[in-house]
Amino acid sequence: MSQTELDAKLLEVNLGPQHPSTHGVFRMNVTLDGETIVKLKPVVGYLHRNHEQIGERATYIASFPFTDRLDYFCAMSNNFGLALAIEKLGGIAVSERGEYLRVIMAELTRLLNHAAVTGFLLNDMGAFGTPLLYAFREREKILDLFEAASGSRMMCNYVRPGGVRQDVPPGWLDQARRLVEEFPRFLDEFEALLTENEIIRQRTQRVGILPKELAVNASATGPLLRGSGVNYDIRKVDGYSIYPRFSFKVPLGTVGDVYDRYYVRILEMRESLKILQQALKEINDASPAISPKGLALVKAPRTFRPPKGEAYGRIEAPKGELGFYLVSDGTPQPYRYHIRAPSFINLTILEDMCLGQKVADAIIILGSIDIVMGEVDR
Amino acid sequence: MTILGVGVLKGLGVTLKTFLETYPWGRVLLRAVGIPSANGLVTIQYPDERQQHSERFRYFPFLVYDKTPDDLRCVSCKICEQECPPACIHIVGPAKDEQGRPLKAHGRTYPVKFDIDMAICMSCRICVDVCPFDAIEMDNQYEFASPDRFGRLVFDKQQLLKSAEYFKQIKPSEAAEVDARLAAKQAKTAPPAKPAVPPNPSSA
Repeated sequence: MSQTELDAKLLEVNLGPQHPSTHGVFRMNVTLDGETIVKLKPVVGYLHRNHEQIGERATYIASFPFTDRLDYFCAMSNNFGLALAIEKLGGIAVSERGEYLRVIMAELTRLLNHAAVTGFLLNDMGAFGTPLLYAFREREKILDLFEAASGSRMMCNYVRPGGVRQDVPPGWLDQARRLVEEFPRFLDEFEALLTENEIIRQRTQRVGILPKELAVNASATGPLLRGSGVNYDIRKVDGYSIYPRFSFKVPLGTVGDVYDRYYVRILEMRESLKILQQALKEINDASPAISPKGLALVKAPRTFRPPKGEAYGRIEAPKGELGFYLVSDGTPQPYRYHIRAPSFINLTILEDMCLGQKVADAIIILGSIDIVMGEVDR
Repeated sequence: MTILGVGVLKGLGVTLKTFLETYPWGRVLLRAVGIPSANGLVTIQYPDERQQHSERFRYFPFLVYDKTPDDLRCVSCKICEQECPPACIHIVGPAKDEQGRPLKAHGRTYPVKFDIDMAICMSCRICVDVCPFDAIEMDNQYEFASPDRFGRLVFDKQQLLKSAEYFKQIKPSEAAEVDARLAAKQAKTAPPAKPAVPPNPSSA
């Protein structure tokens, strides 16, 4: 029987605002026909902290601790993005060792983000605890490394224009090598738990399909885009920092469903491990961790007055393209400071992926996008 | 993949292994059947056991004094107050006498008031980076829970003061770096004074 025959009405449901398994505070305004979604409106703004405006009133260096709090899983790579933009703006050279340390930190961040987000996705599916805590167990080992290097587990505030703030302590690199050696064992275990599990396949395959064309048109980036089979990785396309020196593949999905996005993340972790192995082998012990110009900037942030102009620094953050746009007017503060947050742009196609799906699918589709509200609302 | 249910059983095998790894007898059992196993127990009983933090672990800043509490390194230049991203540092000073001349203790000007609002501090360590006198450093104490927003979380000068000895104790390698830097600075400022002293007795 059709809807009109029964004279049924559409039901409007607010999913949230709540903490949907630590993505952040988010609300979905869903219109349902029975259990099928006919309209979905994401409502954001609950975590707005005025980050860009604060950045325009503070010095360039003072924005770093705030970027830690954008995507609070990936503090290191957020720092990296801003550092790239400032380097472009001020023409700051980067020390060799600094480059390697930054890449090592960024790839470790990718490992912990992808592991955690897979756990959250399973949490959203109803597998409470188990996969998430397995992921968190491994994440904790990486956070220990971050704490040893920067002094803080999550709010690292470590990468600086010109390199990193402090060199890593003695023995740190060996610890990192050991972690990289042991991590594949966890990945194998994680995959044995999830990849071939029939229940997960039934639940995620052919759910929330994002067609290639739509993904490109909506400027989606990161594993969301690559899950749909578009070969676009800024590490390859832009070749920023020292990424062209490493050999790694860009894993691609075929269908573009939730399962593909999950599997692309697993494969990306394996590629990250390859980059880490190469970086930890090639890292040069002799050069300082930060270039002299960068160190001067760290010691006296107010003396840094970049020439008038603009710069856009972008990185392949674990969630997608993270870009920092800076306009300088010759003063110690940026005239304009804007962030292109991958979570926010990727969230815009949530409705297109959810239309025609069941209401329970909306939750796992949201989980598969991998958003952190700290970054969406800024 | 071909037989339905094999994937689920494999997954259950992983959870069973992880469960066994948390018990000593479980690890013995796993090793007996030839499965390599590590200590799966990763949590600690917090108030009874405490996690060993790395040396660089940072929480809130404190002010360093050299020997006696009135011999603090801070000269009240207010750079940290200016650079603090969340603006949690409030300094009044340097101390002055009635004529408006700066008062000095141990040859240095000093702040009248130095407050840090720990409820606002975000432990970023920028104050330490910008301090030209190495007068402020990061502490590793982290248990500051308080039912009161203003009374106990706004730390004044007396609460912030800690000795250089303490700093050396919690962060030996960082303290060594700072000491070397301070010694180099002293050596740089000292030379004009040093040659001036020996010629005097010889000429007299």
